[in-house]
Amino acid sequence: MSHPAVTIRGLHKSFGAVEVLRGIDLDIPRAQVTCLIGPSGSGKSTLLRCMAFLEETSSGSILIDDAPLGFRTHADGSRTRLPAADIRAARRKIGMVFQQFNLWPHMTALGNVSEALKTVQKLGRREAEDRAMVQLKKVGLAERADHFPSQLSGGQQQRVAIARALALEPEIMLFDEPTSSLDPELTGEVLNVMRALADDGMTMVVVSHEIGFSASVGQKIAFLDQGQLLLTGTPTEVFGKPRHPRLDQFLETYLDRGAAMLL
Amino acid sequence: MRFDPALIIHHLPSILSGLSVTILTWLIGTIGAVLVGFVIASSRRFGPRPLGMALGAIVEVIRGTPFLIQLFLLYFGGPYIGLFLDPLPAGLLGLTVYGSAYFSEIFRGGFEAVPVGHIEAAECVGLNRFQIVKRILLPEMSMLVLPSAVNMAILLIKETAVLSIITVPELTMIVSAIGSEYYAFVESLFLLALFYWALVELCGFLGRKAEEKLSHFRLSAS
Repeated sequence: MSHPAVTIRGLHKSFGAVEVLRGIDLDIPRAQVTCLIGPSGSGKSTLLRCMAFLEETSSGSILIDDAPLGFRTHADGSRTRLPAADIRAARRKIGMVFQQFNLWPHMTALGNVSEALKTVQKLGRREAEDRAMVQLKKVGLAERADHFPSQLSGGQQQRVAIARALALEPEIMLFDEPTSSLDPELTGEVLNVMRALADDGMTMVVVSHEIGFSASVGQKIAFLDQGQLLLTGTPTEVFGKPRHPRLDQFLETYLDRGAAMLL
Repeated sequence: MRFDPALIIHHLPSILSGLSVTILTWLIGTIGAVLVGFVIASSRRFGPRPLGMALGAIVEVIRGTPFLIQLFLLYFGGPYIGLFLDPLPAGLLGLTVYGSAYFSEIFRGGFEAVPVGHIEAAECVGLNRFQIVKRILLPEMSMLVLPSAVNMAILLIKETAVLSIITVPELTMIVSAIGSEYYAFVESLFLLALFYWALVELCGFLGRKAEEKLSHFRLSAS
């Protein structure tokens, strides 16, 4: 197997006295879709946010393409925080999609997608917008380029958010419950865009309650429970019978979310 | 006593000069208050903690005392600490200080109302701190605070009337002087009310125009 895109070792994360992640070891394989599933409060979103450095880990390490994210770990186990520029450089390989879309309301769809191309990559306006249009076409929203987020449906907003992340040509795309704030009839369009990305060979990490999507598109499933990685493997290995009793219990609560096919 | 419009027409030049002083002090005072208020709010959010606490305490004192008293203290008390100001500069300074306390609170609320996720999204695409403030935080905040900022500007129009007590030759001072001289209190007070109301309506109108222009930015439920 080729070198992993992300290597996570001994990861701990606490919020005050609450330990949310308790020693996670996980490899994210390149050009595959890894799905993080688990009950709410299991730490799956926190783990994903750690990979985007939106949360600082309490201990352990995350390597993106072998480069440490946020902290350099020394031989004696101590850590030094890397300079802000290094953190931005490591993050550049990562695209993040949020549950709440988080589009900037004062910019059009095109503005949202081209913003970082202009301010971070210092491209001229014309070139930045041309490249942003390519991404908007990819998510099927070229004709909505001049719409503000408030003029778009939730599904369209999330597709713009995906285009915004893709515009910087990340190597790894992280999705934090991308369909959880959408009406059921709008989830399909977002999942389709994600499926197309997976078919293109994008390395993806998806936190989702869409168990059906995880089972059909995911190539690696990681099941978290109470801050620990309970199971990892291919969908067949994880969802196949005999199943881990904790996973069975979890799936039963998801019968109405496409998990019925697995039971 | 009867209402005499001729009195108004006769004194029109000095009334207009008072009106222009009112508008000028309001404009300068409001702009000053917005700028200082913004600096206070930014320092409280981004600056060191002791500075934020000190500024917070000052804001509390300014908001907790009447503008009239502050102005008296500045104009009549200033000389005790070596601060000799003419009426107009004293009035402008007073208005700026008074307004800045309120504007700083409006901006503080605005900073806090920008969803954290919008900042995180900007961090994720690589914007640095300065770019985030300039491109995301400020534009989003300004549209969030617009209604309350316009409201505050309206309040400041009316507060300019207080400057008459330290003899700034603005509208209230000029018109009430005319009123006293001719025993035409009703006319003068009526005229004053009318002028201030017109100014407030104008300010409100401009504010609504600005809001309309920004309405397509309006934050969605997220």
